[in-house]
Amino acid sequence: MTATMPDLEQQFEQTIERDQRIEPRDWVPEAYRTTMIRMIAQHAHSEIIGMQPEGNWITRAPSLRRKAILLAKVQDEAGHGLYLYSAAETLGADRGELTAKLIAGKQKYSSIFNYPTLTFADVGVIGWLVDGAAICNQVPLCRSSYGPYARAMIRICKEESFHQRQGYELLMTMMRGTEEQRRMVQDATNRWWWPSLMMFGPPDADSSHTAQSMAWKVKRHTNDELRQRFVDMTVPQAEALGVTLPDPHLRWNAEREHYDFGDIDWSEFKQVVSGNGPCNAQRIAHRRKAHEDGAWVREAAAAHAAKLRERTA
Amino acid sequence: MRSDWPLYEVFVRGKRGLNHVHVGSLHAADDEMALHHARDLYTRRNEGVSIWVVKAADITASSPDEKDPFFAPSADKVYRHPTFYDIPDDVPHM
Repeated sequence: MTATMPDLEQQFEQTIERDQRIEPRDWVPEAYRTTMIRMIAQHAHSEIIGMQPEGNWITRAPSLRRKAILLAKVQDEAGHGLYLYSAAETLGADRGELTAKLIAGKQKYSSIFNYPTLTFADVGVIGWLVDGAAICNQVPLCRSSYGPYARAMIRICKEESFHQRQGYELLMTMMRGTEEQRRMVQDATNRWWWPSLMMFGPPDADSSHTAQSMAWKVKRHTNDELRQRFVDMTVPQAEALGVTLPDPHLRWNAEREHYDFGDIDWSEFKQVVSGNGPCNAQRIAHRRKAHEDGAWVREAAAAHAAKLRERTA
Repeated sequence: MRSDWPLYEVFVRGKRGLNHVHVGSLHAADDEMALHHARDLYTRRNEGVSIWVVKAADITASSPDEKDPFFAPSADKVYRHPTFYDIPDDVPHM
């Protein structure tokens, strides 16, 4: 028995309406499928590219403890990318094609990873601010209408908590250290604060995808709501750490019961998104090289598997 | 350049006494590599004591198009549920 188009659409709408999850082989409107693939692929690419800024410090971590932590963290980022590629594939995307699009610059990843990690304090600040912002974004995605994405986000969120805490602990350790170490933490905070706020995407008024994504319950909150939540969470953490967030307009607004903060430089955001950030070319080139250098391994493993199959056939 | 590593679905038993549960998928050249990748990807924090991997192509699934008719036979047999039967409240242990 085949259902007609209006039936299928109605079923889809009802599933969303009832707050149930859409599952892999359900009929979905083509626009829902392409939106989900775009969102999940962009998220997966961000995790994979996100290995680079911190991976940069693995060989130079100041102690074996910090090195083991950083290795585990970067390995988690790889894992998160793979959970997400796995979710994208349930929508009919091909993993090889997604990687091809990433290294051809045809699909995006989070702009935050186009900034350089200049000192070891950056590793701590990335954990604290960048992963903190990511958690704000990702916790509501655990209730995203697409089942495989929501389930991947649950796993990811559990692991992100370690990422944020190791970063904050690293910074606390540095703040108890020398004057130079404290300067490094403040400097890294100054450089990462505004890009972290940009991670939530353009203001609601300029966000082209938000309305549809909210209607489909793919997203649960607007960019500006999540950004405000992040600022409110982070200010007391900065105070406890003893660093100053680089925004003279940052102050508690008793009326709104939120922190007010200064204007974000959206021209910088647009520049970085469109490929002109400090590290865009380097990140893609590195990913491309890793992919191409690994080709012989993939081919050899496939050949080995084929030989084994022949032998047992 | 495309690799032709097939897609595997991964099922993990969280601990003794629980069923294996589907956790996601991965690509691997062969079954043994799929197991190793599944361990590295899905059990980095003691999430499992046993893993099954199976090629996605080998799974037969009910079709979502006919989900209502397919499961219809189970929907109209209310007498299969204990609540179908009225038993006086004062009958113990029932």
